[in-house]
Amino acid sequence: MSIVVQEIEAPRVAGRRRLRLLTKRFLRRPMAVGGLLVALAFVIVAIFAPLLAPYSPGHTDFDAVLAHSSSKHLLGTDDLGRDVLSRLIWGTRASMQVGVFATLLAMVVAVPIGMIAGYYRGWVDQVIARLTDVLLAFPFLILAVGLAAILGPSLLNATLALGIGSIPGFIRIARGETLTLREEDYVPAAVLNGANDATIIFRHILPNMTNTLIVQATLTIPGAILGEAILSFLGVGVQPPTSSWGTMLQEAEPYLTQAQRLSVYPGVAIILAVLAFNVFGDGLRDVLDPRTTR
Amino acid sequence: MNDAAPALEVESLVKHFTSGRRIGSGGGTVHAVDDVSFSLRQGEMLGLVGESGSGKTTLANCVVRLHEPTSGSIRLHGRDITHLSRRDLRPLRRDLHMVFQDPYSSLNPRMTAGEIVGEPLRLHRLAGRKVRTGRVAEIFERVGLGPEHRFRYPHELSGGQRQRVGLARSLILNPSVLVADEPVSALDVSVQASILNLLRDLQRDMGFSCLFITHDLATVEFLCDRIAVMYLGKLVEVASRDEIFRDPEHPYTQALLSAALVPDPAEQRQRRRVVLEGDPPSPLDPPSGCRFRTRCPLHDLSAPDSDEIEPPLREVSPDHLVACHLSAPGSKTPRIADPPVTTPVTG
Repeated sequence: MSIVVQEIEAPRVAGRRRLRLLTKRFLRRPMAVGGLLVALAFVIVAIFAPLLAPYSPGHTDFDAVLAHSSSKHLLGTDDLGRDVLSRLIWGTRASMQVGVFATLLAMVVAVPIGMIAGYYRGWVDQVIARLTDVLLAFPFLILAVGLAAILGPSLLNATLALGIGSIPGFIRIARGETLTLREEDYVPAAVLNGANDATIIFRHILPNMTNTLIVQATLTIPGAILGEAILSFLGVGVQPPTSSWGTMLQEAEPYLTQAQRLSVYPGVAIILAVLAFNVFGDGLRDVLDPRTTR
Repeated sequence: MNDAAPALEVESLVKHFTSGRRIGSGGGTVHAVDDVSFSLRQGEMLGLVGESGSGKTTLANCVVRLHEPTSGSIRLHGRDITHLSRRDLRPLRRDLHMVFQDPYSSLNPRMTAGEIVGEPLRLHRLAGRKVRTGRVAEIFERVGLGPEHRFRYPHELSGGQRQRVGLARSLILNPSVLVADEPVSALDVSVQASILNLLRDLQRDMGFSCLFITHDLATVEFLCDRIAVMYLGKLVEVASRDEIFRDPEHPYTQALLSAALVPDPAEQRQRRRVVLEGDPPSPLDPPSGCRFRTRCPLHDLSAPDSDEIEPPLREVSPDHLVACHLSAPGSKTPRIADPPVTTPVTG
């Protein structure tokens, strides 16, 4: 009986042991832990925005236009008397959505392409790698702004534009990792086991590059968040009256001299979110790097 | 035993790599394996010896069809597998496996040892989950691993244990031919012996034929029935172990064996030894005629033949093949060094 239990439990124990080691290493990095907590806070705010926001983002209070902080409006109101805190909370939702979905989109599209290029090499690789280089030659934001302008301004299109803009980076990483990993002896060993290409790619190569992909994702999300803000500020992203950090900045711009706080709040939110994800991603990279001993 | 059909037959195998750019002068053809023929008999352990860069590993990779041979043929139990597609080859993979040199790179770090060893069964759809677990447990015991090791990840195992896992993976389908590419050279000397013993016991029990590649003469002497010596992509001598160690013919074999140590220091000091000069020539541009002529201590005797004509690998006495102009049936190559006195192998 005890033997049976042990056999069922053992594989999970091995996985858990690794997780515990990684957690221990992660907890040793206060910056990364802080980043994770702040990032998590933003995600929670985004998910529960309707419950957390005291007002709806479009609710106008004409008795308090450009009002300072008060018990009624914790962060004051904007030029139309809308509650800044509520708009900030709803804006978090837009920013997180764009950040996460743009990154997911880029991963789903780019990873298979990059892996095919790296695994088969030859002319397929030549074509994909050159196209990637061409795309990478455009600065990320220029590419995203151009795409968003073509697609038309909306939250979905901003996500698409930023996602497509993130694709070449992911392709390059997936391709590079595949090129390295296919040289490991367990790949020819799998061939000798009778594995086909799909088995080799998905069972032997992909699981070994998840670390790199996770790190790349946590570093792409802040890029997309920042991108969303910029697109919305330029008017090719989220459209007013929908609230996002970018639109808030844009709307605050004419009042820069009278009510700087309207620019400061969304600005701080953007900085905090981007910094949190970046710091968390950096910490994660260190922890997952097999050469890390600490 | 010699009459049975060979497990593996390799005939005039050639593997060339084109290297570098076509523009400019950097390009060329690397003659990694050049016209190599040998056969691996049923149940035999054939040692392939040669220094680094002599083409041993390329030959092994061609034999298991990881590399496409440039020309020549490979027959597995009489069936030509040289030009089979990867798909057609798949069912035959059951009969042919390989142990890799580096036990750190040959195991997928994301799979447990049990999953790694059970993978061939899974891919060939030979057994359901339960039967697979049983078979894996059985082979683990056979290679000297405990049942608890099945749930370990490769990084939790020692080098010797990893190589045992590699061996278990290669043997779980009960192949008739095993290619072992320097399976112990990445291990500690103390662990080497136990792996070699294991390999020998497994071969005796399971009866597979084994092409054992190494640069270590002590290993082949311990393990192998026959020995093939490789130099710069060519076989220079093939004979039984005892014959090679007692009576090496080819000057390269003689030089190689004279580099092997004898346990008794007094005896070692008195041996006549020959040290080859220089490095092996580049396989990008192998010498004309005999490939060994640039370093051959007997070059004065073999010139001018050896400068122009490539000596064929021919039988000079029963089951003893040599590729040297100075060696022919009935006429021996001059002895230039004393072979290490063979100590009787126990077991």
